[in-house]
Amino acid sequence: MEKLNGSAQVIRTLEDLGVTEIFGYPGAAIVDIYDELYSSKKIHHSLVRHEQAAVHMADGYARATGKVGVALVTSGPGATNTVTAIATAYMDSIPVVLITGQVSTNLIGSDAFQEVDTVGVTRPVVKHSFLCKKPEDVADFIRKAFYIASTGRKGPVVVDIPKNCQNPRYFFDYENIPLSEIHLRSYNPTVLGHKGQVKRAATELAKAKCPVLLVGGGVIQADACGELQTLARRMNLPVCSTLMGISAYPSDDRQFLGLVGLHGLYTANHAMHNCDLLFTVAVRFDDRVTNNVQKFCPKAKIVHIDVDPASISKVIHSDIPIVGDAKAVLNQVLDALDELKLSANPELDSWWESIEQSRRERPLTYNKNSKNIQPEEVIEAISNAVLGRDDVYVTTDVGQHQIFTAQYFKFAHPRHFLTSGGLGTMGFGFPAAAGVKSALPQACVICITGDGSFQMNMQELSTCKQYHLPVKIFILDNHALGMVRQFQTVFYKERYSATCLDDNPDFVKLADAFGHKGLRVTEKKDLEETINKALSLKDDLVIVDIRTDTDEIVFPWQRSGGSIEDQMFSKEDA
Amino acid sequence: MRQIISILLENETGALSRVVGLFSQRGYNIENITAAPTEDNTISRITILTQGDNVSVERITKQLHKLVNVIKVSSLEDDSQGIVEREILFIKVQCIGHTLREEIKNLCDIFKAEIVDVTPELYILQYVNTSAEIDRFLKAIAEQADVIETVRSGVCGIFRGDHALHS
Repeated sequence: MEKLNGSAQVIRTLEDLGVTEIFGYPGAAIVDIYDELYSSKKIHHSLVRHEQAAVHMADGYARATGKVGVALVTSGPGATNTVTAIATAYMDSIPVVLITGQVSTNLIGSDAFQEVDTVGVTRPVVKHSFLCKKPEDVADFIRKAFYIASTGRKGPVVVDIPKNCQNPRYFFDYENIPLSEIHLRSYNPTVLGHKGQVKRAATELAKAKCPVLLVGGGVIQADACGELQTLARRMNLPVCSTLMGISAYPSDDRQFLGLVGLHGLYTANHAMHNCDLLFTVAVRFDDRVTNNVQKFCPKAKIVHIDVDPASISKVIHSDIPIVGDAKAVLNQVLDALDELKLSANPELDSWWESIEQSRRERPLTYNKNSKNIQPEEVIEAISNAVLGRDDVYVTTDVGQHQIFTAQYFKFAHPRHFLTSGGLGTMGFGFPAAAGVKSALPQACVICITGDGSFQMNMQELSTCKQYHLPVKIFILDNHALGMVRQFQTVFYKERYSATCLDDNPDFVKLADAFGHKGLRVTEKKDLEETINKALSLKDDLVIVDIRTDTDEIVFPWQRSGGSIEDQMFSKEDA
Repeated sequence: MRQIISILLENETGALSRVVGLFSQRGYNIENITAAPTEDNTISRITILTQGDNVSVERITKQLHKLVNVIKVSSLEDDSQGIVEREILFIKVQCIGHTLREEIKNLCDIFKAEIVDVTPELYILQYVNTSAEIDRFLKAIAEQADVIETVRSGVCGIFRGDHALHS
């Protein structure tokens, strides 16, 4: 058997698992692994400028490809810098493996230089974590980390490797063991749903007069979008989506009602509120979806398909719970429909009529006559500029621009929309876009961001220069922290406490300083042309600084404590 | 409502802290906890006493199941045959003078407690029973003598009859 040292086993294990991209930042406690990485011919490493961005990049890589994203950082501050990004991946169930250096086992607990209890610090925000105690643990733990991260409800896993476990002078047996041979006695995710429950769900689906299909991010993670679309079309179901579910179903399809929840489309929220069957796939009933849980979908029977048993009946009681992988269970539901010879309920016509009516009555809208550039029209313009293209990936940061993107952008393919839904991490969008570009160099990767969010991780402009990652960054620059500001406008008597960004850098010069291209739009008439110009500069990272209306507010907007359809449509409704 | 949760988990570093951390993360209290390896020393058994209705216990049970190190979780209230549960208590009491020493010994006889250490001025008493009985014993002793120190183990519980929690 081949003999390799601990560090070489780390790299070899990753190679054998098919890893080709790593994002990271070296340091004393991980330098031996970096030394081995130097001679790897299979793995390309991107040196970030801050460890948080390394994990966001790995996360973006994972969201776009469905593969496990990998990041590599040193002990202490290297590890603590990643915590926000790990939590981001955790909340959105993204498969990421983070390898952290650690001080030698004999120094653990002695407050050694750059020592921190990484496993302890990250514990509440990881799916699982490992601390290697001896070099022989390293390969085994990394494989288990991949297996855990990528199965069941996916999520981030940390492998903490003390320096002595990386010892380049200690050689021991290396054996390539594929993931299919990994077995954990205490971990066995359920794949297939309970047959009886599946039949009940299928029967209810055919019986319902006012059904709604609600889609969550888990459908994308399970690669179940094809099955979902088949089911929706076959049963003629109206489809609503959580923020994380956006892109699982084509946005411009007639059956798609759009985003639900806090800033959901009226049609979608109205249909949910009035449905008699809510058929949910891989959602977790976040408070930004349900509003007041007591008033949630009062007439509906609820079917809840989820791979995580703990998600079922956690927030909303489920009448027909089905634990299992979304893809497997949806296939079971389709089979059950065949077996029971069930098809779309012909009585759905009147339900569809009422939906179309609410669509006509309350479409998404904004002030098109304003002389200021409205953020909504920027999103529409970007969406129109890439309409029909299959190679476009869109990441967002967090705030008004994020919701406008979820509302207005037309997505045709799953995994093409990446956003921090659960944790709401400002600073996610740009590094995530860089991660997507690393994974898919031919793709057109767009980051839609705000002036607040972008400044949280803009140091990565340097990384993008070094590794030639020409993403397109559209800053909806309203000189404010818009999402918080709109709260202050509506509920805090316009007391704009700490939400003004009057002294932003010149983003065009900033692009120039990093060796990129910068463009600015201040007039409506230049919007379309500038967007097209930015997109045409294929080999350049382009920052487009778009001065948008500071006073624009995201509508519809749910009233706190109300039902899901209890929404404000303008400032006057508040 | 008083609830006892039994957990089998991998006897690994950090496994216990994941279990304990989960309770605080999800807003549940641990009233007491016992943990020790089972007959298979790669597996530990933890018994946790908490308060909550059946819904909240079901939620925490599901969350515990999700922990990768957890092999099995069960609420000991689940079983119709009932459970056997015990705690152990040690009390160090000031015992000076013949009358008091007799009185304490009598109490121990009545409760079937044991005196496990004796000095001219002190007794250490040992008592094994349910939590409620231990409370009563502690109260009875404290009414007679000065209690210097007490220590309780927390609850240990097992299903009656053939129902078992094993991996």
